[in-house]
Amino acid sequence: MVTIITTLGIVIVLATETFSFFKEVSFISFVSDTQWTPLFADKHFGIMPLVTGTLLTTLIAISVAVPIGLTIAIFLNEYASPKFTSIVKPLLEILAAVPTVVYGFFALLVVTPFLQSFIPNLSGFNALSAGLVMGIMIIPYVSSLSEDALRAVPNTLREAAYGMGSTRLQTAWKVIVPAATSGIVVSVILAISRAIGETMIVAIAAGQEPKLTMNPLGSIETITTYIVQVSMGDVPQNSLEYRTIFAAGITLFVFTFILNNISFWVKRKYQEKYE
Amino acid sequence: MSNASRNRIKDQAFYYFAMACTAFALLVLLALLTDILSRGLSRISWDFITNLPSRLPEKAGIFTALCGMVWILVLTILIAFPLGVGAGIYLEEYGKKNRMARFIEINIANLAGVPSIIYGILGLQVFVRIANLGNSLLAGSFTLALLILPIIIVSTREAIKAVPKSLCEASLAMGASKWQTIWNVVLPSSFGGILTGLILAISRAIGETAPLIVVGALVYVPFAPAGPMDQFTVLPIQIFNWVTRPQAGFVVNASAAIIVLLSFTFLMNGIAVYLRNRWYKKVKF
Repeated sequence: MVTIITTLGIVIVLATETFSFFKEVSFISFVSDTQWTPLFADKHFGIMPLVTGTLLTTLIAISVAVPIGLTIAIFLNEYASPKFTSIVKPLLEILAAVPTVVYGFFALLVVTPFLQSFIPNLSGFNALSAGLVMGIMIIPYVSSLSEDALRAVPNTLREAAYGMGSTRLQTAWKVIVPAATSGIVVSVILAISRAIGETMIVAIAAGQEPKLTMNPLGSIETITTYIVQVSMGDVPQNSLEYRTIFAAGITLFVFTFILNNISFWVKRKYQEKYE
Repeated sequence: MSNASRNRIKDQAFYYFAMACTAFALLVLLALLTDILSRGLSRISWDFITNLPSRLPEKAGIFTALCGMVWILVLTILIAFPLGVGAGIYLEEYGKKNRMARFIEINIANLAGVPSIIYGILGLQVFVRIANLGNSLLAGSFTLALLILPIIIVSTREAIKAVPKSLCEASLAMGASKWQTIWNVVLPSSFGGILTGLILAISRAIGETAPLIVVGALVYVPFAPAGPMDQFTVLPIQIFNWVTRPQAGFVVNASAAIIVLLSFTFLMNGIAVYLRNRWYKKVKF
């Protein structure tokens, strides 16, 4: 029962505060205004800069994590010996256990200076290194879950492919991966929703400048960073500024809620296929 | 070149590419650890652990953050463990397998996917403001407890599911009531699994930063908290604070604090892995 109360609690809390937020700020300007400056004298409440910031870092993270994670999953399942897998898999999972604030530190003080050595106009806070590090963080989510999906493919399919004279690569990409698509899609969606909700890496390394841009070299601000920024400052309760974090929060919640439900639906719908 | 040999070359190429990808991920982990160790190891000392925070990086320590962390963890476990295990037992043993059960299952899966910062917002509104707990340890613990509940519930259910039906049936056939069966048979044999889940949940809670910032944990707390209503800070927040300071000395402090934090996380995960292995070996039905 607690779980339902929690979910209801989240929805109710976010909804009521957001409602009173929209009494003062029209919904149209919330989605169409291209500036987000609720903490300045000249107030604009356009969520788009925060959304593009979030999408930008997520996009970078996913384009790192999905190819690498999927390749690792195929490698561990189809190529490597079971012993090798049993050593490497827990090591990879350490990547997911490291607290995110540590990754933020790593992105700001190691990855950014390293990237600056060959991208000279990279600013100190940027979406690129935050996104890259986030991608590394979510590699184990993709690789572990995809590997489970690959392993669930019946061995008969694999043997049939080998029997036709296929190489391991052909078997993996043309038989096993298509058969495990639903599991892989679920793992990718979970990784995306993880990346969208990630807070500390972007709060430390991506900056606090809400800009409507897709330029990964400059600093941006994500929805999560904004919530942290407001919480760290002295914003009076019951003020409009205070309510903006609920409006930002509900935007975030809606995104991840939709993604989680898609993944759940994919799991249900395509699971029976090979059973 | 024949088709077959071209395919074989492609196969080999992919093999090396995949090797490189795996190595890359592990190398990043290695780079992260060595960088932090080389920056922070020299800063670790007894003084660093027992000193109060300070404006001067050389004098600053993590005592208040450590105390805050211990307080938060103890309170969080006290709140989340009974609730989580109770919910797990209920869902697995008493709950009917109907639409409601499916709905709850979807719900728990969904909750596990909600970003932690959303829990922070919930905690801010419900515990800090409506329940009027203020920016206290208790409000932070309630928030973290909600965050780790899904983990505990899911692992409790898995552990209970792993107990063979024959054991329960034997107990019921001896005339034991349902509750006696659960208390004397099901729980002891699933205890290892439940404990593993709890420890993984704790290791998650140790590293959480964002929800506690939102709930109002302070970055600067001059004294160690003395009771559950006091203001507090925790290790990850202390690290966040030090990372965002411009002076170089604080970066060293941050890496030293990260070493302490990582030791806790790895220790917890190590215990969980050890318990899981031991439990699997011991309990053979």
